[in-house]
Amino acid sequence: MKNKILPLIMASLTAISLFTSCGSSKTENIEEDEEVSVQTLTVSNPEYYTKFKGKGISINVYNWGEYISTGADEGTLDVNSEFEKLTGIKVNYTNYATNEELYAKLKGGGAAYDVIIPSDYMISKMIKENLVQPLDMDNIPNFKYIMDNFRNQAYDPSNEYSVPYTWGTVGIIYDETMVDIPEEDIDWDLLWNEDYADQILMFDNPRDAFAIAELMQGYSLNTENPDELEDAARKLRQQKKIVQGYVMDEIFDKMGAGDALIAPYYAGDALTILDENEDLNFVVPKSGTNLFIDAMCIPSSARQKEAAEMYINFMCEPDIAFANIDYICYSTPHQAAFDMLDEDVRESHVSYPDSQFIADKTTVFVNLSDEANLQMQNLWTEMKSAEDETTNKWLVPIFLIFCILLMIFVLIRRHIKAKKDIF
Amino acid sequence: MKLKYFSAPYLVWMIVFILVPLLMIAYFAFTSDNGGFTMKYISDVGQYANIFVRSIWLALIATAICLVIAYPIAFILSRMDKHKQGTMLMIVMLPMWMNFLLRTYAWMTLLGNNGVINHILGMVGFGPVKLINTSGAVVLGMVYNYLPFMILPLYSVMEKIDKSLFEAASDLGCSSVSTLFRIVIPLSMPGITSGITMVFVPAISTFIISRMLGGGSNLLIGDLIEMQFLGNAYNPHLGAAISLVLMVIILVIMTVMNQFDPDEQVLM
Repeated sequence: MKNKILPLIMASLTAISLFTSCGSSKTENIEEDEEVSVQTLTVSNPEYYTKFKGKGISINVYNWGEYISTGADEGTLDVNSEFEKLTGIKVNYTNYATNEELYAKLKGGGAAYDVIIPSDYMISKMIKENLVQPLDMDNIPNFKYIMDNFRNQAYDPSNEYSVPYTWGTVGIIYDETMVDIPEEDIDWDLLWNEDYADQILMFDNPRDAFAIAELMQGYSLNTENPDELEDAARKLRQQKKIVQGYVMDEIFDKMGAGDALIAPYYAGDALTILDENEDLNFVVPKSGTNLFIDAMCIPSSARQKEAAEMYINFMCEPDIAFANIDYICYSTPHQAAFDMLDEDVRESHVSYPDSQFIADKTTVFVNLSDEANLQMQNLWTEMKSAEDETTNKWLVPIFLIFCILLMIFVLIRRHIKAKKDIF
Repeated sequence: MKLKYFSAPYLVWMIVFILVPLLMIAYFAFTSDNGGFTMKYISDVGQYANIFVRSIWLALIATAICLVIAYPIAFILSRMDKHKQGTMLMIVMLPMWMNFLLRTYAWMTLLGNNGVINHILGMVGFGPVKLINTSGAVVLGMVYNYLPFMILPLYSVMEKIDKSLFEAASDLGCSSVSTLFRIVIPLSMPGITSGITMVFVPAISTFIISRMLGGGSNLLIGDLIEMQFLGNAYNPHLGAAISLVLMVIILVIMTVMNQFDPDEQVLM
């Protein structure tokens, strides 16, 4: 909601400034315009950003879709073009949809990126495989704004490789008008509630799906214990018959259109869906949840490390961090940007749960061992490919019979043909 | 003799973009992470047998439905006036002008629980029927998307059947049923085999249709391969092994198919 009000205010401000400038003379008009463009953005140390000016450098930034302020809504900042204006460094900006896609791109070695924004567990995996390189924090003075409780996380214990960009929690989004359970009683078991069979959506990604099952069973979200993983998979299999579909981004459309009643989702995006359909509500289950942190890193294959660090520092400028967080609705680890937010946002339990809850009830993913990853993947494929008992039994025999019949038919045909050819 | 040189660009194209990737798939399928030879991944494919069977089964159903629908359409088309044929053919092709994803996406809104079809059914008095996220929806998506690939080869073969053949048949007292079996079907056999190939091969390896209409619970081989490359378990070796097995299966099925073709041509 704040997302809609802010552009309005900005737009009216611009209108007013236009109005006043209209009354003044032409020369003043130009001066004022310049002033406005400077005013929208103040950086702490302008000199630092001029280092690469006029050198024709460009950096490749690889980010999640819809994860930066683009200036598409009137009155918001176009962060990348502001950076280009300030530093003279060209930004080639591209998107990915999943951490795994990013990993595959880097691992394949096909493309050189300078700044990437993976999530927690992927960062620890990349650190382990030397896909990202340590940052020179002297070049990123704005790291000082990052709140203490988001530094030195388990995925990057000494905070050498990453600068947190956003964070959020996983919760349940549901249709208040159709689900007769009071908000305070909503918990993960809602996703297993047979009263809402065929109205439930589930994450189509093993890590997130297993996390929910592990929360239900009271295991750690980072468990590598084969028995516990097995048990979580059993829980997911049990859920399968009441799940309408396994989806990721489609949750937006399906929940927005009322095609499903209940789905787990990430807090930031969930707020965007709530704007679309006012019957929906979003709850972070009290029994605990996964806390995810997306942080900026520089791949080992980066060509412009210093320019990339400059970009990361720029993203941590209070004005820029605020513009981004205001646009994408996730939660910010940036103290100055947090202080700039509206009070109702700062106190919302969805975006900023109290620190006690975060400390006691949330877990950040770390990368699992290869064995645990493989086991999870296999259990997941097995769970998803297991058909209802009715179809599985006759599927294989019918196919085999069909093949045999086909072969016999072909052989007979050939035989007849061969006979014909004699004459 | 000189004509040979004109094929050089295509030859280079084939080697660089078809042959080399094929060899790379084979290489990946038979090597492990450290580069040594292994049969592990090929034998691992065995555990996904039910996904293979389901993919083949759904693709076969979709191909059969396509054939049944397309055959009469292609026949009627080929017997029309020449000037009408162009228009009708364009109507057949029309859906293909739209983006593939968009077409499949449209089915999502049609089949959804609150979708158009369930809405109409609700007005008539039927309760909401579960349409989306079933294997039926996946088959529907395949039929809808690949039907033109069946109609076109059938049409182009049938169009060449001489009208006088039908006249001669009825002159000699052949019933319409035996005209169908003794003239139309034998003469359109090449069209049938190439139509089946053109529908079956993309249908068996699709992944976006099952993702969008199958709700992620009707895994097909395509999804399985995609999971190996872009999924949590990044395992290009297993992905390559699955692709290789899939290629072999398609090759076998196509060889069987070609037995039906009177000219014994290879249509792959």
